Amino acid sequence: MTTLPETTQRKMGLVIDLDTCVGCHACVVSCKGWNTENYGAPLSDQDPYGDDPRGTFLNRVHSYEVQPLAESGMPHPAAQLIHFPKSCLHCEDAPCVTVCPTGASYKRVEDGIVLVNESDCIGCGLCAWACPYGAREMDAAEGVMKKCTLCVDRIYNDNLPEEDRVPVCVRTCPAGARHFGDLGDPESDVSKLVEERGGMDLMPEQGTKPVNQYLPPRPKDQVMAAPEAQIDVLAPLLAPVAEEPKGFIGWLDKALEKI
Amino acid sequence: MLDQPKLDTSPKVSDEVRKTTCYMCACRCGINVHMKEGKVAYIEGNRDHPVNKGVLCAKGSAGIMQHNAPSRLRAPLKRVGPRGSGEFEEISWDEALEIATGWLEPLRQEAPEKLAFFTGRDQSQSFTSFWAQNFGTPNYAAHGGFCSVNMAAAGIYTMGGAFWEFGQPDWENTKLFMIFGVAEDHDSNPIKMGIGRLKERGAKVIGVNPIRSGYNAVADEWVGITPGTDGLFILALVHELLRAGKIDLRYLAEYTNAPVLVNCDTSSPDHGLLMRDADGKLLVIDRATGQPAPFDRKGVKPDLSTSYEKDGVTHRPVMHLLAERYMGEDYAPEAVAERCGVSARRIRAIAAELARVAFEEEIVLDREWTDFRGETHKTMVGRPVSFHAMRGISAHSNGFQTCRALHLLQILLGSVEVPGGFRFKPPYPKPVSIHPTPHSKVTPHRPLDGPHLGFVRGPEDLALKEDGSPARIDKAFTWENPMSSHGLMHMVISNAHAGDPYKIDTLFMYMANMSWNSSMNTRGVIDMLTDKDEAGEYVIPRIIYSDAYSSEMVAYSDLILPDTTYLERHDCISLLDRPICEADAAADAIRWPVVEPDRDVKGFQTALILLANKMGLPGFTNEDGSAKWADYADYMVNHERKPGVGPLAGWRMGEDGPQHGRGAPNASQLDNYIENGGFFVSHIAEEHAYMKPWNMGYQEWAVGMGLYDSPQPFIFDVYVETMRKFQLAAEGHGERQPPEHLRERIRATLDPLPIWYPPFEDGHVDPVEYPVHALTQRPMAMYHSWGSQNAWLRQIHGRNPLYLPTKIWEANGFADGDWAKVTSTHGEITVPVAHMAALNENTVWTWNAIGKRKGAWALEKDAPEATKGFLLNHLIHELLPPKGDGLRWANSDPVTGQAAWFDLRVKIEKTAAPEEVHPTFAPIRSPVGTGPDELRWKVGK
Amino acid sequence: MHPAPSVIVFTTLSGLGFGLLFWLGLGVIVPTGWVAFTFFVIAYLLAVGGLMASTFHLGHPERALKAFTQWRSSWLSREGVSSVAALVVMAVYGAGLVFFDTAWMLVGVIGAVLSAVTVFTTSMIYTQMKTVPRWNTPLTPLLFMAIALAGGALLAGQVAIALILMPVAAAVQVIWWLRGDKALAQSGTDMATATGLGSIGTVRAFEPPHTGNNYLLREFVYVVGRKHAQKLRLIALLFGYTVPFVLLLVPFSHIAALVAVLAHLGGIAASRWLFFAEAEHVVGLYYGKR
Repeated sequence: MTTLPETTQRKMGLVIDLDTCVGCHACVVSCKGWNTENYGAPLSDQDPYGDDPRGTFLNRVHSYEVQPLAESGMPHPAAQLIHFPKSCLHCEDAPCVTVCPTGASYKRVEDGIVLVNESDCIGCGLCAWACPYGAREMDAAEGVMKKCTLCVDRIYNDNLPEEDRVPVCVRTCPAGARHFGDLGDPESDVSKLVEERGGMDLMPEQGTKPVNQYLPPRPKDQVMAAPEAQIDVLAPLLAPVAEEPKGFIGWLDKALEKI
Repeated sequence: MLDQPKLDTSPKVSDEVRKTTCYMCACRCGINVHMKEGKVAYIEGNRDHPVNKGVLCAKGSAGIMQHNAPSRLRAPLKRVGPRGSGEFEEISWDEALEIATGWLEPLRQEAPEKLAFFTGRDQSQSFTSFWAQNFGTPNYAAHGGFCSVNMAAAGIYTMGGAFWEFGQPDWENTKLFMIFGVAEDHDSNPIKMGIGRLKERGAKVIGVNPIRSGYNAVADEWVGITPGTDGLFILALVHELLRAGKIDLRYLAEYTNAPVLVNCDTSSPDHGLLMRDADGKLLVIDRATGQPAPFDRKGVKPDLSTSYEKDGVTHRPVMHLLAERYMGEDYAPEAVAERCGVSARRIRAIAAELARVAFEEEIVLDREWTDFRGETHKTMVGRPVSFHAMRGISAHSNGFQTCRALHLLQILLGSVEVPGGFRFKPPYPKPVSIHPTPHSKVTPHRPLDGPHLGFVRGPEDLALKEDGSPARIDKAFTWENPMSSHGLMHMVISNAHAGDPYKIDTLFMYMANMSWNSSMNTRGVIDMLTDKDEAGEYVIPRIIYSDAYSSEMVAYSDLILPDTTYLERHDCISLLDRPICEADAAADAIRWPVVEPDRDVKGFQTALILLANKMGLPGFTNEDGSAKWADYADYMVNHERKPGVGPLAGWRMGEDGPQHGRGAPNASQLDNYIENGGFFVSHIAEEHAYMKPWNMGYQEWAVGMGLYDSPQPFIFDVYVETMRKFQLAAEGHGERQPPEHLRERIRATLDPLPIWYPPFEDGHVDPVEYPVHALTQRPMAMYHSWGSQNAWLRQIHGRNPLYLPTKIWEANGFADGDWAKVTSTHGEITVPVAHMAALNENTVWTWNAIGKRKGAWALEKDAPEATKGFLLNHLIHELLPPKGDGLRWANSDPVTGQAAWFDLRVKIEKTAAPEEVHPTFAPIRSPVGTGPDELRWKVGK
Repeated sequence: MHPAPSVIVFTTLSGLGFGLLFWLGLGVIVPTGWVAFTFFVIAYLLAVGGLMASTFHLGHPERALKAFTQWRSSWLSREGVSSVAALVVMAVYGAGLVFFDTAWMLVGVIGAVLSAVTVFTTSMIYTQMKTVPRWNTPLTPLLFMAIALAGGALLAGQVAIALILMPVAAAVQVIWWLRGDKALAQSGTDMATATGLGSIGTVRAFEPPHTGNNYLLREFVYVVGRKHAQKLRLIALLFGYTVPFVLLLVPFSHIAALVAVLAHLGGIAASRWLFFAEAEHVVGLYYGKR
């Protein structure tokens, strides 16, 4: 099963909006909670109350500071901070699957979800080596590889109300920065969103063809970006009606007449 | 080998879902607690809940780790070692209640004020204050005084409500959203949801904050302002908008006191007071007649420009004073740019953007409504700019005036309670006139003469004794901070220790970590708590404390009443208190024990009822001497604040069965709540959903809901007359006179129109020696939570560096892994540093309350929270540096007494990396041991 | 990459063991009886010992047999299959030498090829990792093969072959290092592509996702000081290649041979330690490491 399916019927995945993510870690912890209680072994924590607390998480939120280059319009652009959630990208050419010696790692034909069959996993760690994104973490207590399941135990679950059949990170995200759907269907909401907002692959040069897409942050600090254009547009808005309070009161009188 | 494993994609999720209210922070979201085999298996947001609509933050999802934390207290504790040692013995509840009443009852009989009862992160203040009032002590408050009273009080005094639980932006319609000093603050999930909605629509967000993290990181425009100068920046925006005439004149004339006439005779004892008719109605000039008329008379068209002469005294509309103040050069962008750290060009660009969106992208909703003057309008006109602000602007000694300045800006733009603007959540807006005034009259063995906290209308309402000395231990409602509506919890221990204004006997606190992160000057507070007098007795003789967890404060208490976790308790999030309403709905909620405690603990409110019953407190006792309520659940259902109005508004008993709003107690009320998902919600009709202060339809709905007893329409106070009354006193008018040393400060700071003055610390500390502003904010995954004991959350934030801007980083040659010595005029800490470019160049900051005391929270002594985590609290004092006048000057806002945490100034020096952060504190003994070495948390099979 | 002792021991010993089996199988040396027995015991101790060591880092060694199933796609599985095949075939060949004083050459050659294939498959486990640019080069199998064959020749006492292969292996080693030092920079993967944020400006990691440690950081982010690395490279060159080469030049003695083999083993162990410790996994970029 280690070979990848030639095609999958659907390409289910996440679209993560970097313009909207406020970095609250809600997705991180809800994922921890759901996947501790559900699919496979619990996500364990070592030394949870001690000096080196460390545990298995399937989703973590990084943060990056980006310093834009100076331009004539913006000689001193402010640095920007971007929160960056990262979990398995369910790649079409998932290198983590093909390296697996036991067939525990596989990519589902029906939806493209990459999973680990824990009862076949020998815990060699090679799949984690093969993944450029750090999407797989070996559980120290269980000795098997854990990874995002795209909540395969939720998205088809008849025991959940229809609207809850989404990955738990998507359900919980307060800012709505995470979207779930079929990225193989150009007509799906997520595909349209990717199209509209210029969704991107992470590390495209690795050739993994990630299914998950990231929407880039929108341009920031634009009010001052192009001084000539902006100020000309805005200047009439601040054209004074009066320079002094006295003149202002006269203006008030006239303006009130018009109401 | 090409077969995929067979997978069960429809596993059973849980045996049962129990719906209650989260308490991992102060947001009060609805949660679905999934149970397996009677245990908590998984927690998610409740989709039907008005606050969070299904989403849940990191804290909420980590609730299972809080509920099962090894730091949970297990039984009542009696101190057996010295204070601070952490040496306790477990005792029975009978013994604990016996000890407590043994201490409290004599006080009640002789001197109730010798009990100081302060509750920290209390969500039951209408109940705890009721208890304190019936005990008879004037010394009660919750934590608002060190949190955000500037915001709350400025909002209520200006427009009958502030941000957070008072109101919200019109998320669905606003086109430009501007936030000031907002980190992960109050209302966290709703703000995230709202920002998400704006982003979906491509609406713009402007973030004003020295630090570009969190919401400011996703803001389209970031204004990295210098701390403490927000007021100046806002007033410069006001300056530009006034000059350009980009203000909503109709709105100002009809819905605010801008047209109200002011006595402008500087020699009059009423100078600066508003003109009223014989019925006490505010007077405006009616443009139709040119004559004075009551502001609310049918058909009156208030004038903003005409003055009025009476008995030789000129009365001018507030609008004149406004124009004179803010059109002056003092508030020109060029004049403020350097102090604010924002260029004049940028200030203008933002003012223009506000003007453009407010006036060129006007929203009109076809909703007919009738205003309080009886005029019916076919439409609702909206200015789609909205604002939100929080502690970043309020936790300064100029915070009250800064918050007022922001409300002034909102009001000038006509963007409060209109489509696309800022909207109130019931029971707000509530004008000051229907809030209580503070009460502090003590009669032994009798209840206090009224509610402790309230809104003063003038010097006559101050909480002063006959001799003019403060009636309250925290000196709330005194000349030092006359409008301190939330009390001053941060001054209680300091004042009690100093015996200023008097000594107390028992300090009784709930969920307030005063010997650690909830105090300024942590070391000093620890010393005050352990200090003994000449007779060898503790200066603060007795301390009772209630907490669910082994916090740092436990070690400094004599008697511990262990509280339950939030999943084991009853609570009501009441309309009488701080409810969970949305702009479109009234709502309240309960907590109920989704699991029973497995320890000998009781919900704190139930413990209070047991104490009250043991003492037979009036209010808790029937005429026959029997107890009214057995526990808090009983109180929630059966207490009536006034006939028909109780803690919970849903499913009250009417003549024809259950009804909402007003009604008699209903024995099955809690079951009704549980059936409904733990909350009650009643929606407001569309045509009543905006213009609430003036919309008679809304006013009548509110009366039906029990929010008011009669319609209470009002106009916004851009000019706060109450403040002018304090100024008049300072100028020598009136019977109650401030002490000499405070006259000048009152005159200068209690200005009835918003002003800006530099934070007090700037005036006391040499800005050349201490050139750097130092701030804290709580991380999103821990805001208002007790996260360090949480095995999942502490992996995310287990230590905190001090973030330094590029200028300071480079000037000192810092590199990754370096440490710095940080010095304020009060103290010194040595801490790890890290670089952040997206930061005001003169500001440093860190995550607050990550640092923990060794031995607390059931963590091991070498936990990173204790060795690498730190508090800035050690650098901040509750008092300003002595001036040499022998007086204790609080490090607080002079209007409300809010703790001025963010005035802090420091200097930074690179230093060799020590083993641990400095200062270090000796470990305290944990009354609950430490946690396990590994967690494999799975309840189901 | 975390230089796990189990993997260093495994690749070092089994490489040498299969190298020896290669030369034995080819019939370059055809010992019989006790001498053959000794050679084969040494070869099997090294090869099997190495393989055993490699199971120490498994989370579930009891499931190791499952690793033979995925030979069509997984180099690790192929390594398992080929190593067992090599060991079985060479056992047959060895039994002929030890018990029947007979060299079944066809069996030997097949065993030799399988031994070489085993070393090759081992190297391909690393070579295939696009995530570790330092490894992702045809030079990696070349290096593994050169070391295994040179070491095998040394152990087999094939002075002439060893004298040729030792310098070859050393040269490949140096070239591999020089290329490796530039590999990450030339891979095209950096923080800009990792985050997709490069079009905005210069990307810098701000806060790590967790202040607490995690598997990824322990497994993939290992930083060796530059000086320390240079020192170890010299040690590897000196002991792994130079000392054995020099000792091969001096007249044969058992002591010198033993020293040569031990020096070689030590040197190669140092080289292998660096092979892992210096290898940069691209996931480190997400943490701003490298």
